[in-house]
Amino acid sequence: MFRLGLAQMTPVLGDPEANLQIHLDWIKRARQEKVDLLLFAELSLTGYHLRDLVPDVAMRSDAEPLRRLAEAAGEMSLVVGFVEESSSFQFHISAAYLEAGQARHIHRKVYLPTYGMFDEERYLDPGDKVRAFDTRFGRCAILICEDLWHPSTAYLAAMDGALYLLGVGNSPGRGVHGETLATAEIYRLVCRVYAQFFQVWCVFLNRVGFEEGVNFWGGSIVANPMGEICAQAPLLEEALLTAQLDDSEVRRARIFAPLLGSERLELTLRELDRIARERAE
Amino acid sequence: MSLREHADECLRINCELVRSILTAFIRNEVTKFGLERVVVGLSGGVDSSLSTFLAREALGPDGVIAVVMPYKISSPESAAHAREVTELLGISLVEVDITPQVDAYFERFPDADRVRRGNKMARERMTILYDQSAAKGAFVLGTSNKTEFLLGYTTLWGDMACAVNPIGDLYKTQVRQLAARMGVPDHIIKKAPSADLWAAQTDEGELGFTYEEVDRLLYLMVDERRPAGELAEEFDPQFVEKVRRRMRDTQFKRRMPTIAKVSPRSIDRDFRYSRDWGR
Repeated sequence: MFRLGLAQMTPVLGDPEANLQIHLDWIKRARQEKVDLLLFAELSLTGYHLRDLVPDVAMRSDAEPLRRLAEAAGEMSLVVGFVEESSSFQFHISAAYLEAGQARHIHRKVYLPTYGMFDEERYLDPGDKVRAFDTRFGRCAILICEDLWHPSTAYLAAMDGALYLLGVGNSPGRGVHGETLATAEIYRLVCRVYAQFFQVWCVFLNRVGFEEGVNFWGGSIVANPMGEICAQAPLLEEALLTAQLDDSEVRRARIFAPLLGSERLELTLRELDRIARERAE
Repeated sequence: MSLREHADECLRINCELVRSILTAFIRNEVTKFGLERVVVGLSGGVDSSLSTFLAREALGPDGVIAVVMPYKISSPESAAHAREVTELLGISLVEVDITPQVDAYFERFPDADRVRRGNKMARERMTILYDQSAAKGAFVLGTSNKTEFLLGYTTLWGDMACAVNPIGDLYKTQVRQLAARMGVPDHIIKKAPSADLWAAQTDEGELGFTYEEVDRLLYLMVDERRPAGELAEEFDPQFVEKVRRRMRDTQFKRRMPTIAKVSPRSIDRDFRYSRDWGR
């Protein structure tokens, strides 16, 4: 069992130094709450609407700010969002899993929304991997915002053995004629469905604050492997949401209905291969 | 459900949710630029009253300065309603009669028609708001709604001009819903909307349709991108065409001025930074 913390915070747009300090403050706060794994949102070190600032705020995955955060975290593990510059000078929206003083895993956002209000692929390059990875809490996978709108990413993570889907985002609030924001409703649905059908813990951490008139609505949630929302942060306000997570809940769900064990990977592969071939014809 | 009923359903807003977003927006936009207050041109109509109510809730009574700027032929009711709002909210009020500065100019151009005069008044008010904003260390708070913006029923660099606008993504009928929830007096919400630039002017008289009807159409056209064929089943095709043409012909008002490109990086074309850079 471990204590998860979700830092529902507001970064400064385009100022990694100021944001590093903000992260250090949240780490202190999380330590007081006895958090074992603290998540920061997508692009937590830079803010979202970067546009031409992308190369100016980008860093390598072993850059000083990430090292400093890993050190400051001490016993705590972290997920931190940043713009990653690759050795071939490509720029990615990345999230680093930092543990025991080093980056154990980097996830590069695979789906970069470039429609409607989004412009990501104009400035950034997509990642090409979805991988689960081992941590001291058990096997995890990180998915970033739009990745979660593609069930294939959660499916891959679950098939790769993840017990914990760590979703981090910068989700803008839209749609105000329902009980809550339409986007909040969608993420609630996404987390419940993935948690229930992939029988994992599914978490979504969203930032707060405003950029360019866009509200990031917060409302971070934790869904347990039975598909129930068991923790929820307030809308629009900074908050440190904490929850106790335990792989025994995954075990219980998988005994109740062994969906993962009966999943037919070979069939899925065969049919996907056929579909891809037929589409190419 | 008919398309019209669907539009009505979608135009109904969750007022408490919108209220919390817009007050947080005002607080955030003002404080991240190191300021504490806004100035707002208060006409006594529902749009500027709602903006003022939102700012008062976001920033407290010392955070809002209302500026009332009548012209000699403005309806006395307008200024009375503006004063009523400031008294209700316990905020300070600056009153500037714009008659001398407007009349001084038109003494030289006596043949100017009422549209030129109306636009001039709107722009004089803008210069006063910006000067007051400098005097008080405040942001100018916008009061234009989405219906006006989309129809271009606004004065460029006049009533459109502001630093931040909390209600620019709300249609007129949504402004009325939120105004009612926030306690804007009923007679301000119910009176005929008017730019009050000449005697007996009303928005709906000048536009030739009601806000209720055009909001339905705009919602379906803009927010849901419904094709003309679907709209024609529910609305008079001439009305649809009139609104479409108005939107197209006033697009320039919703953009920054066009800059001729000659360099490798031109502002807003390929020199792209957010306004909130470093905030």
